[in-house]
Amino acid sequence: MSLFTEPFLTALVLGAVTAGLPLLLAGLGEQMSERAGVLNVGIEGMMLAGAYGGFLVAYRSGSIPLGLFGGATCGGLVAALMALFCVRLALSQIVVGIALTLAAEGLTALLHHVQFSQTYPRLPAAATLPIPLLSAMPVVGPALFDRPLIVYLALACVPALSRLYRETHFGLALQAAGDAPAALDAAGVDVLRTRMAAVLATGVLAGTGGAFMAEIGAGLFVPFMTNGAGFIGIVLAMLARGRPLWVLWGALLFGMCLSLATALQVVGVDIPSDVIQMIPFAAVMAVLVAFGRRASLPAALGVPYRRGER
Amino acid sequence: MTTGRVEAPTRREADLYATSSRTILLALAPILVALTLAGALLLALGVDPLTYYGYVLQRGLLSPLGFEGTITRMAPLLLLAASLIVAFQAGIWNLGGDGQFLLGALTAAAAGPPLAAHLPVSAALLLCLIVGAGVGAVWALLPALLRAYQGVNEIITTLMMSFLGVSFANVLVKLVFRDTTTTVPQTRTLPVADRLPRLFDTTVTSGVLIGLVAIVVVQLVITRTAFGLRLRVVGANARAAVHAGLPVPRLVVAAFVISAGLAGLAGAVEILGVEGNVRADWNPAFSLTVVPLVFLARFNGFAAIFFVFLFSVLSIGGESAAHRMGVPSFFNLVIVALVLVLLALAEYLGGRRLSGPVA
Repeated sequence: MSLFTEPFLTALVLGAVTAGLPLLLAGLGEQMSERAGVLNVGIEGMMLAGAYGGFLVAYRSGSIPLGLFGGATCGGLVAALMALFCVRLALSQIVVGIALTLAAEGLTALLHHVQFSQTYPRLPAAATLPIPLLSAMPVVGPALFDRPLIVYLALACVPALSRLYRETHFGLALQAAGDAPAALDAAGVDVLRTRMAAVLATGVLAGTGGAFMAEIGAGLFVPFMTNGAGFIGIVLAMLARGRPLWVLWGALLFGMCLSLATALQVVGVDIPSDVIQMIPFAAVMAVLVAFGRRASLPAALGVPYRRGER
Repeated sequence: MTTGRVEAPTRREADLYATSSRTILLALAPILVALTLAGALLLALGVDPLTYYGYVLQRGLLSPLGFEGTITRMAPLLLLAASLIVAFQAGIWNLGGDGQFLLGALTAAAAGPPLAAHLPVSAALLLCLIVGAGVGAVWALLPALLRAYQGVNEIITTLMMSFLGVSFANVLVKLVFRDTTTTVPQTRTLPVADRLPRLFDTTVTSGVLIGLVAIVVVQLVITRTAFGLRLRVVGANARAAVHAGLPVPRLVVAAFVISAGLAGLAGAVEILGVEGNVRADWNPAFSLTVVPLVFLARFNGFAAIFFVFLFSVLSIGGESAAHRMGVPSFFNLVIVALVLVLLALAEYLGGRRLSGPVA
């Protein structure tokens, strides 16, 4: 079939990785929060703060890597608020999470309006770090092996987190904080500190994802640009049932569908983007209908922990 | 009639008033703090906060037209609050309100003009409201059945169906129900004469009555009927409900269908009362902001009316103040967020805790 030409496939896979990477980072982050028992609805706001902060730092400093650090920091700052309110003070995770998302939407759009609404500056393309030999492969080469360093780092997070969850003391503490916080407390581990660490890590991952979206994906910041990516991250984390590798597959599936519209335009097929946007959601629903199984969520998910309270 | 019978509900009502007034008191202090914090931001933007808040009050509450706008805005929000209360009380996380709302809206927009041309206005409106609610309910059927009979987590399924519904509504607006007489991608516009009647001589749509009735009925059904008690038992502990012999799957589906039907009805009311048509890419995303309001109201319908009113004043007054003072309207999102966080904080300091349905 003439559709599956090399330019089409290259655009498709390249776009899938570019669009899927923020979702991967958000999904991995949300997975960590949920494992520790915090339903992190503020992740959309963390991504947006990361997108704006990352763009700002990259634009002012002229350095994309520095921008990614900036994005991670901004995501972490929003997460610190979430940790303070929802873990330390045990406020409702839903109310605070949605409020943080609204605040991030409003503040980033406001700051962007004040600084850049006339100019809409763009960033130059990020420098890539080609891997010898592999980057020369057709299709997969440019998509996976000729990318900025952050792409490799994000992909490396997947096995790293798998090991963290399975083989470290902290990984077990995270799981206990979500499944049986009182037992963790009795075992002498600080539940609140464990949960706060998880929420902060979520913010750093989601903030980096947002920064990637603005700096490398789009090359500019647009108000509300995350457009539900954080919620897709929540869904990926729940579908993955605690496995980082599944988050990767889900993120690539969503990324593939998001890039399909662009790739089709490359070969001159024009399908309304709304139709294509429906594909990943319909695919997830079809999978759930076909293989629907009981949810396996941490027992204490969404329940703030207070010592001595049942 | 025995005295005991008369006394029991009276005492309960007295408690209710005490709780309500306490809730309102707990709400006012944090709002002042939130406005002060947001005022600092306004100062940084070079705008006088007092003038700004003056406009918010003026245009959202005190001027007749602004007040009417506020009440009109409450109509869909009340219905969405009722929708969420039913779901949350039954322990169901229906987070797909935006998709259900939009599809209900689109159905009413598509069915309105042709029905109004052939039927008396009241019959056409009634039919539109019913099909709008029906389509909203149908959109939640898959998540409902998956949750009830397969145990599939409804946060995933309702969010997926919501994203799917928003895109689907756009496809329908652009490809199926598009008004070919204009270049703007939108559905045919319902003539003003065929819309929901306005109340008295004001601009307030009668949709707000539908909203008020819905939320009061939901509150009464949840607290005073056997069906409501069954839903709450399922919500509190589904396993115990099974042991008590309740038909849990059927109750879950029922709560889901009622909840999504109310969300669809909210969309239909907004179209038939205010918008008149659906434009492509129109998505006010009301549902997401109503979720925290319902949590702050602790799933109490009467308290929810208050929070919805407060939010409407802030959003209607804020939109107009932002426009007047040359502040980007994004600023109002910051105010709402600050109000939400500080209200939650006040609950904490007041020694009460917000609870939620168990996922």
